[in-house]
Amino acid sequence: MLADMGQQVPIVDYLVLDDGAPYLNANVCDECGALFLDRRNACGKCGKTAFGKKRLADTGTLKSFTIVHRAAPTVPVPYVSAVIHLDGGGSVHTNLVNVEPDPEHVQLNMPVRMTTYTAGVDVDGTEAVAFGFEPAEGKA
Amino acid sequence: MADNVWIIGAAMTKFGRHPDKDVLDLGSDVALEALADGGATIHDMNVMAVGCQFEPFTLGQKIQKQIGQTGIPVYNVTNACATGASAVRTVIMSIKAGEADMGLAIGVEQMGKPGFIPQMGRPRRDKFEPDGRFGEVMPIEGVLGTDFMAGVFAEAGMAYAAEHDGVGFDQFVKIAEKNHLHSSLNPLAQYRKVFSTEEIKASPMQAYPNTLLMCCPTGDGASALVIVSEKKLKTLDPDVRKRAVKISASVMTSDPWVEGGQVQPDVNTLTRNAADQAYEQSGVDPQDLDLVELHDCFATAELVHYDNLRLCEPGGAGAFIDSGGPMRDGKIPVNVSGGLISKGHPIGATGAANIYEVATHLRGEAGDRQIEGAKVGLTHVIGLGSACAVHILEKQAV
Repeated sequence: MLADMGQQVPIVDYLVLDDGAPYLNANVCDECGALFLDRRNACGKCGKTAFGKKRLADTGTLKSFTIVHRAAPTVPVPYVSAVIHLDGGGSVHTNLVNVEPDPEHVQLNMPVRMTTYTAGVDVDGTEAVAFGFEPAEGKA
Repeated sequence: MADNVWIIGAAMTKFGRHPDKDVLDLGSDVALEALADGGATIHDMNVMAVGCQFEPFTLGQKIQKQIGQTGIPVYNVTNACATGASAVRTVIMSIKAGEADMGLAIGVEQMGKPGFIPQMGRPRRDKFEPDGRFGEVMPIEGVLGTDFMAGVFAEAGMAYAAEHDGVGFDQFVKIAEKNHLHSSLNPLAQYRKVFSTEEIKASPMQAYPNTLLMCCPTGDGASALVIVSEKKLKTLDPDVRKRAVKISASVMTSDPWVEGGQVQPDVNTLTRNAADQAYEQSGVDPQDLDLVELHDCFATAELVHYDNLRLCEPGGAGAFIDSGGPMRDGKIPVNVSGGLISKGHPIGATGAANIYEVATHLRGEAGDRQIEGAKVGLTHVIGLGSACAVHILEKQAV
């Protein structure tokens, strides 16, 4: 059971873990440049079917949030759910981490940067790596 | 241009818990009440549509078997929280298409009191294997943000706050306070208790800034409408004609592609599109509205729709609530029924019940909560995902 201890997998397939820093990788429509994080049948903006990949920035701006106090028993509360607009295009929905979960510390429009952490471990010891964003103090 | 359509019969059950009834009782009884209200019977109907989100499987035919099996076409409709309005629009479209001249639309739901937090996403498994359209290896609710409704709509309100000054916790609290106050005058509302600012702020936080008293409850209820073509209306009894309410606009939209719309559901663009089409269809200006029933599933949702429905200056939703604009004695009364927050939100019933509410005011039959002299009103619902329906109703002579 401990044979594979230490192996890591991304929590979702648009988070790329390779030898460098983890990053988010979007599907980008060849025709219109629309960005998508999910598996696609066609482009929701223009309807075309050819896609490439685009590496998204690991910095951005907090454009909305909620502080969740009531959740299923398996989800620890309170936590901050955030909408982040990334520098250079694209947006993500994830948790804001490494911040006090209260409205005094979570400020709309504040700069944030991506971070990763282990969100769970399965029966084989494989770690699921999740991404969150944290306040980026001192960023211009 | 197709013939105008009118409402001649309207009914609504009290919203709340109806443990002594089933969904068939709720739908059948409200249908009979609406037919009687319009001086009609099931034998006058050429089309029927039933909206029910949780028990849609030939519910309309089951209702027919209770109230009259006349062999007419029946459509069973779901469209999330816009389900009831979609049933109404199905009847309107049949009449405008010339296939029917009189139809019955029913919105009904029996939710009981389910666990407040539904299980989100797929269950946890022992081994991590990619699954779903994001290739997720474990449940992502609470890890990659929340998809739980109180949070999603909290984020919709906070996104507005990020772009516009003068919007924050206090404005959202005022909206809930208003709707609870309004509901105290509505005998059909699920809750009729007045709450102070402090009580709303102090009620258990669900998803900041939405406290429990800023969230709609689950519940049971039904509403039904009898709709006719203008040509048919002119042949009906004068007592029916004088209580008829004109449907001056009926619009449905879905969400067009917008940047970021996949990660944060966009409840704004489709509402703006629907409202603009409805104002154009009817020739009504937003400032002419005597009352509005809009989709306040959460206090944060109501605020953004002040702007989306053009009830306030662009960016001015905070100032609109601060000034008392949407109070029942304000510039444009909003949710004088108590809204989803306090009147209740039996999902399939909601989009028909808000049309019942506005029609009842236009008929001058709203009792203690009557908006005096109301001549024109607007209804709005959103089903997340998204489906938006806007209707504009007018009191006119025919």
